[in-house]
Formats: sequence, structure tokens, C-alpha cells
Amino acid sequence: MATFQLNVNGQSKQVNVDPSTPLLWVLREELKMTGTKYGCGISACGACTVHVDGIATRSCVVPVSLIGDRAIVTIEGIGQDPIGRAVQEAWIEKDVVQCGYCQSGQIMSAVALLKAKAKPTDTNIEESMGGNLCRCATYVRIREAIKSAAGQI
Amino acid sequence: MRAALKLENDLHLNRRSFLRVSTAAAGGLLISLYLDLPATAQEGNQAPPPKVYPPDAFVHIKPDGKILITVNRLEFGQGVQTSLPMILADEMDADWSQVVAELAPAADVYKDPFFGIQMVGGSGSIAHSFQQYRELGAKTRTMLVAAAADRWHVTADQCRTEKSVVYGPGNQSARYAELANDAVRKPVPEKARLKNPSEFRLIGKRVPRLDSRAKCDGSQKFGLDLDLPGMKVAVVAHPPVFGGRVKSLDDKDARRLPGVRDVFEIPLVKGSGVAIVADKFWIAKQARDRLKVDWDLSGIEHADSSQLWTTYRELARTPGNVAVARGDDKAIDGIPAARRMVAEYEFPYLAHTPMEPLNTTVRFDGDRAEAWVPSQFQTMDQMAIAQVLGLKPEQVTFHTEFAGGGFGRRAVIDSHVQREAAVIAKRLRGTPVKLVWTREDDVRGGYYRPMHAHRVEIGIGADGMPAAWRHVIVGQSLVAGTPFAVMLIKNGVDQTTVEGTSDTSYNIPNFHVSAHNPTVNVPVLWWRSVGHTHNAFVMETLIDELATRARIDPIAYRRKLLKPEAKKLRAALDLVDEKSVAWRNNLPKGHAAGISCHESFDTAVACAVDVSIENKHPKIHRATVAVHCGLAVNPLTIESQFQGGVGFGITQLTGAITFKDGRVEQRNFDGYTPPYIVDAPVTVDVHIVPSTEAPTGCGEPPVPVISPAVVNALAKLTGKWYRTLPLVTI
Repeated sequence: MATFQLNVNGQSKQVNVDPSTPLLWVLREELKMTGTKYGCGISACGACTVHVDGIATRSCVVPVSLIGDRAIVTIEGIGQDPIGRAVQEAWIEKDVVQCGYCQSGQIMSAVALLKAKAKPTDTNIEESMGGNLCRCATYVRIREAIKSAAGQI
Repeated sequence: MRAALKLENDLHLNRRSFLRVSTAAAGGLLISLYLDLPATAQEGNQAPPPKVYPPDAFVHIKPDGKILITVNRLEFGQGVQTSLPMILADEMDADWSQVVAELAPAADVYKDPFFGIQMVGGSGSIAHSFQQYRELGAKTRTMLVAAAADRWHVTADQCRTEKSVVYGPGNQSARYAELANDAVRKPVPEKARLKNPSEFRLIGKRVPRLDSRAKCDGSQKFGLDLDLPGMKVAVVAHPPVFGGRVKSLDDKDARRLPGVRDVFEIPLVKGSGVAIVADKFWIAKQARDRLKVDWDLSGIEHADSSQLWTTYRELARTPGNVAVARGDDKAIDGIPAARRMVAEYEFPYLAHTPMEPLNTTVRFDGDRAEAWVPSQFQTMDQMAIAQVLGLKPEQVTFHTEFAGGGFGRRAVIDSHVQREAAVIAKRLRGTPVKLVWTREDDVRGGYYRPMHAHRVEIGIGADGMPAAWRHVIVGQSLVAGTPFAVMLIKNGVDQTTVEGTSDTSYNIPNFHVSAHNPTVNVPVLWWRSVGHTHNAFVMETLIDELATRARIDPIAYRRKLLKPEAKKLRAALDLVDEKSVAWRNNLPKGHAAGISCHESFDTAVACAVDVSIENKHPKIHRATVAVHCGLAVNPLTIESQFQGGVGFGITQLTGAITFKDGRVEQRNFDGYTPPYIVDAPVTVDVHIVPSTEAPTGCGEPPVPVISPAVVNALAKLTGKWYRTLPLVTI
């Protein structure tokens, strides 16, 4: 066990866990922030996507010991970011969600995409969102919402 | 599932008895208004004590004007948490902006009026509860109006209602919240007038989902997110072959991990496993990785895909139990060889892999228990937990948790996940335990869409239309040996094996369908749209192939072949033709259009896709879908279900579960690959046939049409007919 000081959504948080514990489980079980989801545990579905220093990261495979003082942003905090807020509102406006379980990760990936490319093409979307699985297959509306958000920003 | 179920007299009996019970208990069971009395009323001596209503109410008008509507289903993406309240709120004239929807716990009153158990399946949520929720809304409104009429000394028909307000003939008005206290003392009317469709304010409108925001900001809690005081987390090590048993266990390393609370062998539905209970999931999982289990795998069948295919192919060459025998089953032998064809198909096992891994939380308190389950099958799961704990079902308080998808995987007849959770909770009496199945447990854990082989011999008439059809289907039964067998197995044929073929909408004069339901040591389960997945694929690719041979346009060919009574399907086909003709006639080079149509769960669907080949994979640029589902309660939800449902259907083209020496060869999304965004259609435009007929379901019917449509397009590009799934090489 070891103590880690984390910067999550702009707040300092202290946790005492095994250093190998993935960030995902620190968020969910130590910090009780369950908006970030467990889907596969091997970075193959994207449900656990968070931002680490602005980079979309699969939190299920990143040990907490590697985070250091990097800034973590989760779905609970992304609405404080103007692009994050625009993406969330576009998701609601386009009625994207079905079961909703993967959507935290989808939104986090979409925000990272829009921060890198203000006007993404379908190919950009397929590349950036390509690792985010949605079993309800809300993909058509995800595309629409990303384009809609891009138009708002 | 539903088509077969509804033939059964005993289920009709169930339905009647449900209605009888409801009527007998009309004072508060079927329709209950209950309310939080304002503090002053509770404190005042003159106010009568608040009436105690059963918790299983459908409508709860709160003093602040909020209207809680209870949803007798699981919400797992299909949108009933919005559309069922819409139906009730419309008849009630409730202010939609004040409506809050809640998922019902397990209770008799929430059983599906048609199936007689509480469940989601067979695309029945709207189909079976449309009338129920309308009546609930109308009766509630009637009681509120009666209360207002009394207050104003006028008659009920002098009053009107709008947005949670009753208006009287003068200038009187009263909010529902003000009237609720009086309304609950009114008798529940036997009958209440239902609206004419022209009076609908919500039904038929594109109403956004009520759960969108919570699902976009991380606040929506799913079963896996549950956190209770003192809760422990459990995982189970399952045997590598179904039915294996623990021979010996070395848990020393596992127990050394701080936070591990207990390690013990548990019975499974078949065989045994090892449960690990820890403070946190990550600790439990690490501990499981450290277990050394020696498994006894003797005396159980080790399934092997290549051997199974050999067996299935042989079986398909012999007639099975007869599902349909229409016309002359020897007619085919009289047709010249040049006009006969044989087609053999193979479909692998498929996992459902809902995004939220399977989970169940149980706390056992000796004489009662509490369970939190993202369940499609509340009645069965509650019974299973009660049975394991030695309780009666009503002693298990059963909360329906929001689920991250399901597609059938959370409607398991043997409730194996809930049984595991209950066995563990029993040992940890007083402690809530959340059992988590990891993704690996899910991918390797069985309960798959069964693998199937089809063999079809077709004799073609001189007009190019099928004159004789002899069809053999091989696949495991979903229900053999279960209580569902009596309803679903007829003449030795599991109806879910043949649905979509045996009840085809095409008019084939000499039509013979038989099936083999072999026993294999792999648990199987309904998978969104059930037998229609493989049956629609076979029928719709063969019809296209016949159309091509006959040099007839595939839509024209289908129109010619559809039975006169297939009115819904014909309407859907006409609409898809109309909506896609412009782009089908203007395709870029290297693109082709594919067509399919299929009716399932009383909903008819037709589909046209625009496909090219990119990186040796089909690229689906567009899908145009037409649907006939009777009255469209929420066209927005229906559009979403069809956009997503066709995407889900593509799993047939991309995924497979295979076995070697009894072991599943895939373990996670690295080996079992459902469709990602690049595999799904870029756009899906959905068109609804206008109708005022009774609404039918939209959860499953989108799934069957897409894969055959894609393959029919590919055939135009490559000249090949694809009869083995998934598509490995094009």
C-alpha cells in the first residue's frame, strides 16, 4: 500500500492503495466517482476513458503510481470545460444515449477529439472514436452530436 | 419468443387471472394514488390518518406537483423509462415537465400483463403495457376530475384537464397536487374513457429521453455502481470447461493480499467454482489471479467447434422434427436438376457482451434479504435468490437497477449470476456483497446465441419463383429442460430455433421445415431477436439469390413472393423502396445496394444498404430502414432503436465464440469483436409507416435485417454468396 496525491477535476485527493491499482478503480472505489465505467479492463472498449493532462486515456490500464501530479479530468468534471459542456449538451440535444453505460467514455473521447480538431471529418471521428465500443450502437447519433458540438464551439 | 408464447392457452389464462386479481384489488393495487401529505395536514388532528397504500403504485402525485410514474420494466437502453410514462401521462393529462420515472421493484402488480411474469423480452414492453398504462392514466385522471367536481359542486363532464390542472366550467382551476388527497378517496373507476388518437398530446410525438442528462454527466447509477455501507465485492473463479468442479484449491497466495476477506468453494448451476470476497473489486480480482485451482474436468463433454460443425453438417443432411409441412414435401424431387439448388449455412455462437458487466448485490439478514439487480427477469431472479437463501420470494426485497445493455443476457432462466451472489451473501450474513463478473467471465461464461447449421434445398419454378423448399435447421434448444419448454417446444421443435423461417411471410407452395435440437455442453440463451438472427439471414440471402438467378429486381421479387396477408411487411418494403430509390439509382462506382425485409415480434422491417469494400471489409455508408410497428408511441425512441438495432445486428458479421477442448477461445474484446463505429453504418435514416393499429415492439425487430442486406450488397460487388458467418474473407 502507498499514499498518492491526485489532482482530479481540479481538486486534490489523497488515496492509500496498492500502487498497481488502475486509476479506474481508484476513481470508482476510493473516490466514489462512478461515472467512469468498467467495460473490459484491457483498454479495448473505451468505457473508462478520462483525460490525463488533456490526453484521452484508458484508465483501466494505467496504474495509479504512474499518474504523479498530472491533471485528471473525468466525466464528472468535464462540464466545467466549455468544449466539454458543449459536447454534453449536444449529446442531450441529439438524444444520443440508450443504455448510456459507455457514454461517459464516448463523451471524454469526443471532447479530446474536438480539442485537437475543431471541425472533424467522418474519418477523424472514426479514428478518434474507433476504440469506444457501444453495444447499443448509438454510433450514428454520436457522429451527429460531435458535428453539432463542433458547430457550437 | 412471443409469437410462440401467445399461442398458448395457459398464458391467456394467466392473463385473465392477472386482470381478475387487479380488478378484485382495484382499491389500491392496480391503480394507486398515494401522496406525501403536507406537514400541516399530518400534524392536524382533524386530518384523517394518511391512507397506507401498497408501495407498488404506478402513480404518485407529490405535493410539489412532481408526478412519479413507476415503470414495470427494466430500462437498459430501449427507452421504456420514457415511453411508458408518456402513455400514462398523456391519458392523465399530466404536466410532462413534472414527470419523474422510476423503475419498479419486483412485485406481482408489475408483472407483464401478457407473460404473467415480470420481465423484459419478446419486444413486449410497449406492446403489452400500452393499454395498461393508458387505462392507469385515464383512471387517475377520472379520479382527479371527480375530486375537483365535488369541490366545485359541478359534474365531471363539465371539467377539462390540461398539464396537471383541472378546469371547471366557471373560472375554477385546481392543480393535481391539490386534488390528490381527495382523489385517493374516490373509488377507482371500472372504466375510464380513453382518448381518441387526435387528442394525444405526448403519444406519437418525438419526446426526448428522461435519462439523457444523468447518462451524460456521470450521475446515472447502474447496478455495478452500487455502493452500500459495509459492502464487500466478490468475484468467482469458474471452471475452464462448463460443469467442471474444484478438485483442490490452494488459496494461500490469494489470502495474503490485504483486503481479502474470504475464499471458498461454491456450487454453480453446473459444477463448482471458487468465490473470493474482498473489500474492493481490484483486490478481489488480483486475489483470483493468485488462486491455484486444480479442476476436475472428467465426465463432462468438452465442446469443440470443429467437431460440432462436422456433427451439425451431418445432422443437417437428415430430416429433423417437423416444424412445418405445407404442400408436397416430395415436390422438389420432380423439379429438373438445373432448377434446383442447395445452400448450406453456418452461424457461430455469439456472446451478448452488454457494456455493463453482469453483477448482482445481495444482503442476507436471516429472515429476509435485499437484492439489487439489473434484471430483465425480476420474477425469476427474485425466486432464485429466495430459493438459495431458504426464503419466500416476497421476503426478498428486489430493486431493479438500471442496466448497461442486456440484449437477453439479463433474462436467464436459471438465474445463475443471482444464485452465485445469493450463495456468497448467505455465507456473509448481514453484509451486502456485490458479485461482479469480469468481462472475461462474461465472454467465457456461456449463455450464448447458439451455433446453427442450415441446409436448404430449393426447387425453382419455371417463373423463377421458389416452387419447393426443404429446410433443415440444427441448433441447441434455448428452453429444453426448463419451465419454458412446455410453451415453446412443439412436436419436438424448439420454436425459437425455427422462428423467422417456419412462419415466413413468403408464399412458398411446397414448404417443409424441420429441426434438430442437439444437446451440447454449452449454455445457450436468447440473443436480441432470438431465432430471427440466423433465420432471417438464411431466408433473405436466399430470396436475393433467387431474384438474381431470375434476373428480377430484388424488391420486385419480394413483392411478388410476399403472402397477401403480409400487409405490414409489404408496406415497409414499399416505404423503403420509396425512400431509398433516389440513392440506389445514384450509387458511386464500387458501391452496391443490398435489400432485405423481415417481420418479427409483429413488427415489419425493410432495409436498404449502400455498401462498398474498404480494407477487405464491408463499409456500410448508409442504411435506409422502414418500419411498421403499428402506432408509433415515441418516434424518436423508435428511430434510435432502429439506428442502434441495425448496428447491433452487425455483430453477426464480425463476432464469433468458438471452442477447443471445451474451452472458449476468446476472452475479451480483443478476441470477440462486436462492431465499433467504423463497422456500423455512417448514417441510418428511419421511416415509420403511419398507422393507428396497436403498437408492436421495436427492441428486437431492427436486428435481423441488416446482415443479410449487407451480404446481398457484397454479393453484387464480388459475385459470391456468403453463407458462413462471421465474414472472415470477402
